[in-house]
Amino acid sequence: MRTRRVKIWSIALSLYFLLLAIPIYWMLNMSLRSNADILGSFALYPAQVTFANYLKVFTDASWYSGYINAIIYVSMNTVMSLAFALPAAYAFSRYKFLGDGQMFFWLLTNRMAPPAVFLLPYFQLYSTVQLIDTHIAVALAHCLFNVPLAVWILEGFMSGIPKEIDETAFIDGYSFPRFFITLFIPLIRAGVGVTAFFCFMFSWVELLFARTLTVTAAKPIVATMTRTISATGLDWGLLAANGMLTIVPGALVIWFVRNHLAKGFALGRV
Amino acid sequence: MEKWEDNRAWFLVLPVFVVVAFSAIVPLMTVVNYSLQDIFGPGQAVFVGAEWFEQMLADTRLHDALWRQFLFSGLVLLIEIPLGILIALAMPQKGWTVSASLVILAIPLLIPWNVIGTIWIIFTRPDIGLFGVGINSLGILDVPFDHTARPIYAWITLMAMEVWHWTPLVALLCYAGLRAIPEAYYQAARIDGASALAVFRYIQLPKMRGVLTIAVLLRFMDSFLIYAEPFALTGGGPGNTTTFLSIYLVKLATGQFDLGPAAAFSLIYFLIVLLFSFIFYQALLNVGKGEKRS
Repeated sequence: MRTRRVKIWSIALSLYFLLLAIPIYWMLNMSLRSNADILGSFALYPAQVTFANYLKVFTDASWYSGYINAIIYVSMNTVMSLAFALPAAYAFSRYKFLGDGQMFFWLLTNRMAPPAVFLLPYFQLYSTVQLIDTHIAVALAHCLFNVPLAVWILEGFMSGIPKEIDETAFIDGYSFPRFFITLFIPLIRAGVGVTAFFCFMFSWVELLFARTLTVTAAKPIVATMTRTISATGLDWGLLAANGMLTIVPGALVIWFVRNHLAKGFALGRV
Repeated sequence: MEKWEDNRAWFLVLPVFVVVAFSAIVPLMTVVNYSLQDIFGPGQAVFVGAEWFEQMLADTRLHDALWRQFLFSGLVLLIEIPLGILIALAMPQKGWTVSASLVILAIPLLIPWNVIGTIWIIFTRPDIGLFGVGINSLGILDVPFDHTARPIYAWITLMAMEVWHWTPLVALLCYAGLRAIPEAYYQAARIDGASALAVFRYIQLPKMRGVLTIAVLLRFMDSFLIYAEPFALTGGGPGNTTTFLSIYLVKLATGQFDLGPAAAFSLIYFLIVLLFSFIFYQALLNVGKGEKRS
């Protein structure tokens, strides 16, 4: 009876995964057909597979530069978020200090702040400091929601490490930076992996800031795509090919952290 | 865990404070500035007090957007939380299928938000979409399916997209909660001869309370701030039937360039979010305390 129940669960799960996959499959289908073919006939799979859409993305700088720009600012943001958040998360998990609760809550509210609220002043602020249309501007803007999230996740992981480890290390004569970098961070490796995953994810998928703070030099692919939607004569095949390509970096990141993900999700409170 | 008391810990928090303050406090003060003035041009501004706030609070389009937003967020929670729990319960416990399932679940979360909109346009369009063409060929709808044609269709498409996009996050969080339950609990339940339902009700659900609170918090907030997906999918239409708060705000701020009212709207919006953040934060703290006591 037990095995039968397990079977029903796994069939239901497989069905769900199928439902998850179908819309993505449909976009793949579209991306492998020419626009005339898409509009001309309805087909469940491409009768004539063409890679013209992908070829166009890889050869036209106005398309492929979007991916490079996005990867640059997303990587910058992930590194920045982790570098800022690690010491702060340590402070929140180990110390009691003046205004710690308030500070933590204030950080959390920034994760919850509507990006639309900050839209106008952001444009002005970054124009004033002359950072408009640079990668660092978007990376910095995304810190608004990624740093609080990183602090939040890392604090959970750090609180799972007993404080005796810190005390022993300090008695053994470790200085704080040496202890933190060589002993403590390796202990919460899984947590750092999971945090990096979340920072990458939220920076990669964000549209509003990225679109507002860039013009041409740092314009990410997500912004390029919205401008195509509003233009006349939509090329569905090209749009679908771009959509498929935006999934690739995310899929690669998941693949690299998949073991940490399973372990990290179980250990931390995320 | 007993914490050390030391105010020097502020030095560790300072970098975070500076970087977030640059991104949060400076712009917020600019918004406050806008909301109290009528700006004609550079250097030409008149202090108008609470006029913009009064105007926005009386704005019926804002009221409509707000109720729409609550309805949307409520539906999101009602569907995604139970579904996420079920998926987490159905997940495999060990073997290579665990990694595979986690990877599949995480993929929708890593697709840029407006691409999600694009995927669903392509999927549901009545001329080229599998769903649109499929449901229309069945001929069970009196009006052919087209998400730009009727509000109810737009809502169904939006909800389907939202559930498709975000239920995996709830499932991943619940799965983490389930994995954290020690095997001894299940052994004890087996000795007592507890049914699967009883195991769920008295062991799994209470142990998932922490992650569930986080899941509810994240899903409520993110659905309350939703912008890119409906922007890409429906653009707020047909009419204004899918114009949520963020979409209305961006229309007001960049489309019509009404700085004062838009800023007042921003602050009202932010206060609502702040209120809910506070309620959830308190709930979160209490959940943590409850666990420590037991």
